[in-house]
Formats: sequence, structure tokens, C-alpha cells
Amino acid sequence: MTSKKKNPVIDLLASVQLALFLIFLLASTSIIGTLIPQNNPPSFYIQAYGEKAALIMQLLHIPDMYNSWWFLTLLAVFALNLTVCSLERIPRVIRTIRKDGLSMATEQVEKLPIRQERTLAASPEEAAEHVAGVLRGQGWQARTTDRDNGRLFFAEKEAWSRFGVYIVHLSILVILIGALIGSPAVARKILQNPSFAFKGSVMIPESQTIEQITAFKTRQRLDLGFALRLDSFLIEHYPNGMPKTYRSSVTIFENGQPAHTADIEVNTPLIHRGITFYQASYQPLQNFIIGIRQDGRETDHTEIVAPERQRTWQEAGVSYGILNLENRGEVTQRLKIWFTDNQGEPAIFWLPAGQEARIERPSGVYHFQARQMYASGLQVAKDPGVWVVYTGCLLMLIGLYIAFFRSHRRIYVLIQPDGQGSRLLFAGTTTKNKEGLEKKMNNLASKLDT
Amino acid sequence: MDSSQLFGGVMVAYIIATVFYFVLFLFKSQRAGQLGMLLALGGVLVHTVAIGLRWYESYLMGIGRPPLTNMYESLVFFAWCTALLYLLMEFRFKIRVVGTFVMPCIALIMAYASFSARIDDRITPLIPALQSDWLIAHVVTCFIGYGAFTVAFCLGVMYLLKQAAINRKGENTSRLAALPDLKVIDDLTYKSIVLGFLWLTAGIITGAIWANEAWGTYWSWDPKETWSIITWFVYALTLHARFTRGWSGSRIAWMAIVGFMSVLFLYFGVNFFLSGLHSYA
Ligand code: HEM
Repeated sequence: MTSKKKNPVIDLLASVQLALFLIFLLASTSIIGTLIPQNNPPSFYIQAYGEKAALIMQLLHIPDMYNSWWFLTLLAVFALNLTVCSLERIPRVIRTIRKDGLSMATEQVEKLPIRQERTLAASPEEAAEHVAGVLRGQGWQARTTDRDNGRLFFAEKEAWSRFGVYIVHLSILVILIGALIGSPAVARKILQNPSFAFKGSVMIPESQTIEQITAFKTRQRLDLGFALRLDSFLIEHYPNGMPKTYRSSVTIFENGQPAHTADIEVNTPLIHRGITFYQASYQPLQNFIIGIRQDGRETDHTEIVAPERQRTWQEAGVSYGILNLENRGEVTQRLKIWFTDNQGEPAIFWLPAGQEARIERPSGVYHFQARQMYASGLQVAKDPGVWVVYTGCLLMLIGLYIAFFRSHRRIYVLIQPDGQGSRLLFAGTTTKNKEGLEKKMNNLASKLDT
Repeated sequence: MDSSQLFGGVMVAYIIATVFYFVLFLFKSQRAGQLGMLLALGGVLVHTVAIGLRWYESYLMGIGRPPLTNMYESLVFFAWCTALLYLLMEFRFKIRVVGTFVMPCIALIMAYASFSARIDDRITPLIPALQSDWLIAHVVTCFIGYGAFTVAFCLGVMYLLKQAAINRKGENTSRLAALPDLKVIDDLTYKSIVLGFLWLTAGIITGAIWANEAWGTYWSWDPKETWSIITWFVYALTLHARFTRGWSGSRIAWMAIVGFMSVLFLYFGVNFFLSGLHSYA
């Protein structure tokens, strides 16, 4: 070991005891936020837990505990612990890997945990040739040296697997760094650029265009740098009434020009210039798209109409309006329509939403329909760190596989003269799966018997 | 024959298998053990067919979705993963008597799925939030993890029972002497935890990717996510205590039990007691 004086803080940060303690703390404190609902307004906590308890909770940042200074500090110390601990050990691992097996003393080889002995009638030279062949046949690239009238063979496999643990540890840091890069709080407070990373939402009524969204938490308005128009919003249902699809059809405008159109559904977001739009909610509006056709007339008429407003289709000389609505919640079931061509009594009738009515008038036959308008709620996120996080996740899986299922195996074959023949010692070490190596060693040794 | 009837048959097979494994354990009847194993194996095969059939039935109903999307289906799949992992372990490590501890859990899960009043076994279509290719990857990885942790839990219980018996009566007088060596149980517990940890990690990762696709954030500390990370921490703690502090034996057995409690809360508790974005399992 090194003879450098140890700094007690570094010592603590490199210790596994601290790691165990921190992991325990992280696990146990995390429970709090699952029992106490997060991110509700202060009044919620007063109502649910009483004045005093709510005050204590606010002081400890329980209502937003996963973003609180103490939880983030815990995570930071955890990351530091992981870094220092790994950095301290990696040089040792490198030294272990570099260590040449052929330099091991004969007595040490004799003491290795996994061992098999054989005596052969052949001379040490012949035995050595034989051993070299068997090792090569089993895929061990052995090197050899003269040792005490005999020979020592050494071969190893998968020395790199000793780094598996550190790949896992590194992956945790990579994920945390990715989370920092994508954090709206970091973008706001440290980079002073809230547009770098944000999460927010926007509610767009059909046919409207937006250029800004509202950030969560700060309620700040942020420019997208392009415009987005909601062309239509559609809900489809299964026959049993369960919702099947929520779909927003949108057009993106760059510099005022339509650039492209897309459909946003719950599991298929739209990504444009690094900004992702997700279907999150919707809101029925008390506005209707009225469509009127007249038999024999080329052109038709569409207009957005609010209830209790009289509208006119000049070309056909008809007027109409919505007198009343029959709603379930905010969803309109039927509309009471008033329609006239100024010849005789106006027509007044109930029209189911979304369906078409046929109106026979002195001036001709009209087809009238009304569709309720919706606003679509989109979540909007810009997370430039997400690929860093994904890279970390991939690294973690690779690292775990290496750490758990690959092992650094070293084998030694010591050949010594023994009377007329020779004595062979097969010995080995492995970082895991001792039985596996024992079996292999047995195999190797028995290849010499035949 | 529809899938529900097959699942019922599978449950019966697991229950009878449990009885045979008990006979193996209590009377050391190798014959019974073999029958238990064959019944369990048959159960898993029919179980596999039934899951496939349920998938097919959903297409006949014009719904067409993998059978992994409500509590009933997730329990059935949970039982399937556990049974399959257990049998693989039995074949690989030749420790048939462990079935005495694992098979009742599997039978219990199937019985709970079939008989509990709060579990609906109808095939219903997918709400929009669940219509994603990530659904399969996420559910499958999570449940392989849960299955491995269930096996680890059973091994942990077995370890503690055997140890207690030895402490009371000495090595060979106890019936529990029929169980594998403490060292072997300890090693298998550790191996199951390692397997579960790997798959739980994959489950959390696929879940995060899916959340990012559906909700726009890969991590939002919703109760299910939080409990998954708590569970992950518990097992990370267990593994580190083992390689760096030399924990083994009863300590690891206890950790397998504590970890499993966390899995149970992650699986059931979150749904029944807490509110969040996850609609089921
Ligand atoms: C919760 C996050 C963590 C995960 C998922 C993790 C994962 C792992 C894994 C998979 C191993 C390899 C086990 C094996 O040998 O097969 C390991 C070993 C180890 N970890 Fe961690 N680790 C975490 C946190 C930490 C922290 C914070 C420390 C800081 C001290 C730490 C220190 C160690 C040490 C010292 C080893 C043993 C390395 C050796 O065998 O020489 N781990 N870890």
C-alpha cells in the first residue's frame, strides 16, 4: 500500500460504511415522499395534517422533498462517496491486473485455493509440451518460464472484467450528470438560461397558434422559437366507452411558414428542434364549428360559433345561431339550433353534437352540422440531458452483466521433476464462480491422463 | 376451453405439486419429489399456453394486446416467471426440496388472482397511456426481477428455519436436515438476488424510457417509481454488505426477506394505499 498520510475526510468519503449508510438513508427518506403527497399547494397540507404539522413539513421541504436541499445534498454526498471510493480502488485494480502471473513464487502457487495434482511418468520436458498443447486446445494463451528444474505456465482470461464494478459506479455518475444537464432548476439558476432545459405545458384551443409555453413551478412564459397550430383534436372511444385515442393534429410554422404537420398521441410525442410535445390533457370548449352545405351549391360554409350569437352565411342568404346546449359535464350532447332563410318561420330543432341535420326550406335543402371544439393540453419539455441518462443506463446494464457474470480467471501449471517422471500442479484463482474454474481445472488435468 | 379455465387448471397443478414437494420434504420420498417436479413443469407449460391463448383471445375480441395490463394478468405473469425461474434453478442446481418453499408461493399467487374479489379477470382494451411497445419490455423485465426476488425470499426463509432447527437440536436430528447445506442455500439466495437486481435495474430503465415517451419525463418521483428505487437501494445495500463487509448467512437471509417486503409494497401496496400514475402492477 501507499505510505502517503491519509486525510480523514477522504478516508470517510472512500469508505463503504458511509456508502451503506447513505444508501440506507436514501431508501428510508424516499419513503416519506410516497406517503405524503408531493407538490400540492400549502393549503392542502394544512387541511390534511393540521396547521402545526404543515408548518413543520414546509420547514423540512417535505411537500417537494425530492428537490429539497437536504435530499439533493444526500445525493451529492452519495455521488462524491462513489467517486472517491472508486478512484481510490481503481489504481489497485490496475496494479492487480498488471501483475505478471509468471513472477509468482513457487510456494505461493502451492498455496492457491483451487488446485489439482497429477503425477506423470513422462519427463518434465515432455509433460511441459503436453501441457502447452492442452492449454492451447482449451483456449488459454499461456506463457511459460523455467522454474526450479521444472516449468511454470501461466494464463489468464477476462482480466478486464475486474472493471465491471467501476463501469456500474461510473454509470450512476453519468445518469446523475444527465439529470443535472436536463434539470430546469440548473438551467434557470446556474446557466441563467431557462430555455436550455424546461418542463411546462400549454393549452391550445383548436385552430389557434401558440409561440410560447408556461414553465411548471415558475409559471414563466418561454419562447419556443417557432409556432405551433392545433388543427384539430380528436377523441376516439372503444365500443365499451373506454377512451381509445387522444390525438392532436398540429402544424409547425418556422418563420411564419408551415414547416410540417404531425399527429401527437399519448405514446407518440412530437419532437421538434429538441423540444418534445406530449399529449397530456384536453378541455371541451363552449364553441362549435358549424358546417352548412346547400344542395346544388358549390361552396359551403364553416364558422366557429359561440352559443347565443346570430351568424349569417351571406352567399346563401341564411342566418343561424345556437339557442341552447344540453351538456354532460363540459361535453355537449345536443345543441338547440335556430335557422332561417328569411322565408317563413325559422326552423328550431335539437341537433346531436357531431351529427348532421337535413333542413328543408323554401329556398332549398340545407345540411347543417355542429362539432364541439376542444383545447388540447400538451406537455412541453426540453431535456438536453436525456441521451446522457440513456447512455448511463446502457452502461449500467453492461457493467452489471460484467460485474455479475464475468470473472477474471488465472491458472498456473507448475511442472517439477518427480523421480523418473514429473509432478504437475494445476492451480488457479478467480474473482467469482469458483466451482466453474474448479471444473475447468479438473478437465484440464484429466486431459493429461489419457 | 378458454384461457381462464386453463389458468384454473394450472393453479390446481401448482397446488398438487406443492403437496408432493411437501411429501418429499417430510418423508424424503424421491418419488413424490419427482411427481411434484413433473406437475410443476406441466403447470408451467400449460401456463405458457394459457398466456398465449389469452393474447389470442384479445385479438378475437378485436382488442389485440399483450396479456400484461391489469392486476389479474400481472399476477398470472408473476406466477409464471417465478415458476419458470424456480424450475430452471432446480434443474441447474439439483435442489428439488427447495420447491417445498417456492411452490406454495406460486400456488398462492394463482389462487389470489383467481379468487380475490378485488381482481377483475376480464380482457379489457388498453387505455391510451398503455398503448406502447415499451409495455412488454417494461412488464417482462420487472416481473422476472420480482420472480427472482420471490425465490430469494423463499430461500431466505428456508435458511432461517434450518438454522433455527440446528441451533435448537443440533445438525442431524432435525427433519430440516433434509434441506440443502446452509452454505448452499446462502449461495443460491445470493445468486437469486443478483439475478433479480439485474432484471429490476432493467425494469426501472425500461420504465424510465417509457415514461419519457408517454409523459415527457423519465423520472417524476411518482410513488411507484420511488418504491422501485427504494427496492433497488435495499438490494444494492444487500449486495454491498455482502462483498465489502462479508455479510452472509442469516444476515443475507434477512435482507432477502426485507427486500421482498419492499417488492410486495412496490407491487401491491403502492396500488392499494398510494395514488399515482401507474394504473396497475
Ligand atoms: C446504489 C448504487 C450502487 C450500485 C448499483 C452499485 C453496484 C455495485 C456492483 C454491481 C458491484 C459489484 C459486485 C461484485 O463484485 O459482483 C459493486 C461493488 C462495490 N461497490 Fe458499489 N454500487 C453502488 C454504490 C456504491 C457506493 C456509493 C460505493 C461507495 C463507497 C460503492 C462501493 C463499492 C465497492 C467498494 C465495491 C466492491 C468492489 C470490489 O469488489 O472490489 N458502491 N457495486
